[in-house]
Amino acid sequence: MNPLTTPRFNVSAPDSRHVLLDIRHLQVRFHTPEGTVYAVNDISYQVHEGEVVAIVGESGCGKSVSMMSILGLIPVPPGEIAEGTAEFMGTDLLTMAEDKLEAIRGSEIAMVFQDPMTSLNPVLSVRRQMTEALRRHYGMTGEQATNRAIELLELVGIPDPARRLGNYPHQFSGGMRQRVMIAMMLACNPSLLIADEPTTALDVTIQAQIVELVMRMREQLGMALIWITHDLGVVAGLAERVIVMYAGMVVEEADVDSLFDKPRHPYTMALLAALPRVDRRRDSRLKSIPGAPPNLLVEPRGCPFAPRCEYVVDRCLHERPPLLAVSPTQRAACWVTTGDPAFATSNEFRNNSR
Amino acid sequence: MTDPTPNDDHQPLVRVVDLKKYFPIRQGLIIQRTTGNVRAVDGISFEIARGETLGLVGESGCGKSTAGRTLLGLYPATGGSTFIDGRHVQEAAGDDWMLIRRQAQMIFQDPYASLNPRWTVNAIIGEPLRVHHLIDAEAARIERVTELMALVGLDGRYINRFPHEFSGGQRQRIGIARALASDPIFLVCDEPISALDVSIQAQVVNLLEELQDRLGLTYLFIAHDLSMVRHICDRVAVMYLGVMAELADKDDLYEEPLHPYTQALLSAVPVPDPKVARRRRRIILEGDVPSPINPPSGCRFHTRCPVAQPHCSTYIPEWREITPGHWVACHEVEPKFRPGPFSTS
Amino acid sequence: MATLDSVPVILSTGGDELAPPLTFRQMAWRRFRRHRMAMFGAIVLIMLFVYAFAGGLIYTAERANFTDTTIRLSPPSLAHPFGTDTVGRDVMARTIQGGRISLMIGLTAAFLEILIGVLIGAAAGFYGGVVDSLLMRFTEAMLIIPSLFLLIVMARIVGGSVFFIVIILGLTSWMYVARIVRAEFLSLKQNDYILAARSIGTPTRDIIFRHILPNSMAPIVVAATLAVATAILSEAYISFLGMGVQPPTATWGNMLDGSYNYIESAPWLWIFPGLLILLTVLSINFVGDGLRDALDPRSRNA
Repeated sequence: MNPLTTPRFNVSAPDSRHVLLDIRHLQVRFHTPEGTVYAVNDISYQVHEGEVVAIVGESGCGKSVSMMSILGLIPVPPGEIAEGTAEFMGTDLLTMAEDKLEAIRGSEIAMVFQDPMTSLNPVLSVRRQMTEALRRHYGMTGEQATNRAIELLELVGIPDPARRLGNYPHQFSGGMRQRVMIAMMLACNPSLLIADEPTTALDVTIQAQIVELVMRMREQLGMALIWITHDLGVVAGLAERVIVMYAGMVVEEADVDSLFDKPRHPYTMALLAALPRVDRRRDSRLKSIPGAPPNLLVEPRGCPFAPRCEYVVDRCLHERPPLLAVSPTQRAACWVTTGDPAFATSNEFRNNSR
Repeated sequence: MTDPTPNDDHQPLVRVVDLKKYFPIRQGLIIQRTTGNVRAVDGISFEIARGETLGLVGESGCGKSTAGRTLLGLYPATGGSTFIDGRHVQEAAGDDWMLIRRQAQMIFQDPYASLNPRWTVNAIIGEPLRVHHLIDAEAARIERVTELMALVGLDGRYINRFPHEFSGGQRQRIGIARALASDPIFLVCDEPISALDVSIQAQVVNLLEELQDRLGLTYLFIAHDLSMVRHICDRVAVMYLGVMAELADKDDLYEEPLHPYTQALLSAVPVPDPKVARRRRRIILEGDVPSPINPPSGCRFHTRCPVAQPHCSTYIPEWREITPGHWVACHEVEPKFRPGPFSTS
Repeated sequence: MATLDSVPVILSTGGDELAPPLTFRQMAWRRFRRHRMAMFGAIVLIMLFVYAFAGGLIYTAERANFTDTTIRLSPPSLAHPFGTDTVGRDVMARTIQGGRISLMIGLTAAFLEILIGVLIGAAAGFYGGVVDSLLMRFTEAMLIIPSLFLLIVMARIVGGSVFFIVIILGLTSWMYVARIVRAEFLSLKQNDYILAARSIGTPTRDIIFRHILPNSMAPIVVAATLAVATAILSEAYISFLGMGVQPPTATWGNMLDGSYNYIESAPWLWIFPGLLILLTVLSINFVGDGLRDALDPRSRNA
């Protein structure tokens, strides 16, 4: 067995590549018996061709909902896309007819979920599920489709693919099922792969396998990748650009090195300070973030992180900070750390952002 | 096995000796035959000193949770024994048993499933007080429950609320308050933070550390998050498929892991630092963890081990102390130094 | 330290944080009230009880059994709103008296059924293993005997007094309850809070009666309401076949028995008791549906 090194890639300036997905002012709400849940509150970001973007945030921050909503995968009602556009290769997904959107989901955009069992049909063999898509999209004959399916399973590292093809989803382990899922997604050679917490349910050694596999596939096939996760460690290992979400808003967006070196939003700073490190000796207690994420049943006002923020000023409570550029590759939504250059270079700030 | 005298400060607080827990697989309508065993825990031994935090790590299905429950006596052990403060858990009965139930408590992973949804916070935290007749008067008990709530950072005014009215982190605090109610000396924390959000995890971990300082608690910290284990624990034990792979002081283990499994496990833990992540060499293990019903012969890790030799599949590796305090079960690890014939130690 | 000195509690629910908490029952009642059919059923059911029990104060048993053959089989009129039967008894008075008996049979038989079912189901589910196997095989054995047949045979043997009918109904219908309770216990005892209770040292008795049983109340309450309906129906069946409660004691069921020969000529003989049985069973089922939703722990936050 060969110890594999983490794939290394050249981080080119994102602007030099074409914009693949362009989300602007997206707002998603859910109307529930308890009231309106403000799930996604006016977020905008872009993903370029071949780019690896990670969307990070805690549960309920809207990271999954924002993706699901642009692909038409949230139930409406209770869901509602109140505002916004999401252009994919120049056409708005939000105004697209259902059948066209479905065609895009099957070919151009592929999704891998946390629990592959929800997207695999438990009563059909893997062969049936894989060949059906190949025959439908590429007009392959049964034999061609089977051969291609075996190839794909081999590509994702499933041992003895010809035999395993006849198995049913429950006969695979969690990690293997995720591989099958990825193979199925690769069948149509998408230009964007959205991975929604694909390794959260897996053990670290299996997680490493899947991360390695996805990155290898991306390098071979050149697709863009959106990796949705709560794990900053995974992000550091794979992303080129990172989008940090909190309470349905984007609070920081940066290239991966800037984000971990010089986080500019207090939430990002606090998250990093709250993380223990496996590769370092302990030096002090973890810095904990007091309180809990805000209740999304209340219409957002001001900065959502203000109640838990140690730099909070009066303005934060009333006025929502926009995403302000602090460098060509980094933007943060904070009145304090982006607005006041003197503060950003002060010792207090430096110490806190390690 | 001689019984150490209770309450001796030099003895380890917890001693686990060759503990085994098999779950039988039964078949049959009325008369049930045992057709096989899930060997969840298959002979593990370790000690925990007073005031220490021992981490118990491993992947899902390695038996770490079962080990925690069995060593507390919540599951009957298939073999081996546990001593908590000198009392033999598996043979305890009557008053001894109730004393163990007071002294050793558990904190659970799922803050939703571990609190009775129909009980108020008062009833939940007060349960140990009632069961052990520590405080029988209603008013005094409410006072103590309020005190415990304050201790874990909960507002005592919410004493009559139900668990579903609290967030995950707050529920975990309720569970901790319940565990503390009977003034325990030993807590088994079974993945206490893995169901919580990142920003809440640090709160709970810091709370556990503060409580340990204040109350002199001893922890067995069961987790799969190796970064957090390094942060909170003094020593760390690694389990694989029901057996111990390695046990050492945390910095020893994390900086010089000896067992190939520990090495692979540690190299797979993501580091929140892109520069380190690019530099790091990962050992990607092949395949999945085998079934604990028919564990591999010899060394249980040999099917996935990058350095396995032919004899690994035949002989079970001995659990040996390679350097003082650093235990490992692997044929391929050589002692770095052997005490010479004139060694003083 | 921050976690100990500050008070970071923010309750997950919105609104007034220190408002008096809603108990389980209050929340269930809130949800029940929103269930229209269940509220309708509950109101009808209350009216039926008032009809049978308050009505019994006006129309006594004597009045219900007062025969006057000169006015036999007279259709509904002002003096006899539901008409008279084959021996000239007032049908309305008999439906009131019969209602009392039928409802009493329904309630007591259901109580007995629940008692047996919960005991057997709880023992099987909690202890598992051989106890479970034995009890469940016995339960299945009882289930495969056609219950109507069992009812008739037993009614034949012990005779048609109200007391024995209740015992028979209870003894032949507890099996479904036992299976529901067993399933609940099996799944509930896996919960971490049961393990937590055991690790605290809570005695088994308290684990069963204070932890598990209250949490399995929802399906038991639902089963109990439906059991009342089933018991009333079963009584009607065997009474209709002439083997239930014997006349002159009236029940809605044995009133139907006598009307068989007059289906066309004197429809008021069967319409009124039939309608009352229908209304009772229907509204109990609605109430059961509402309870099922209201007590569902998954909709706890509504």
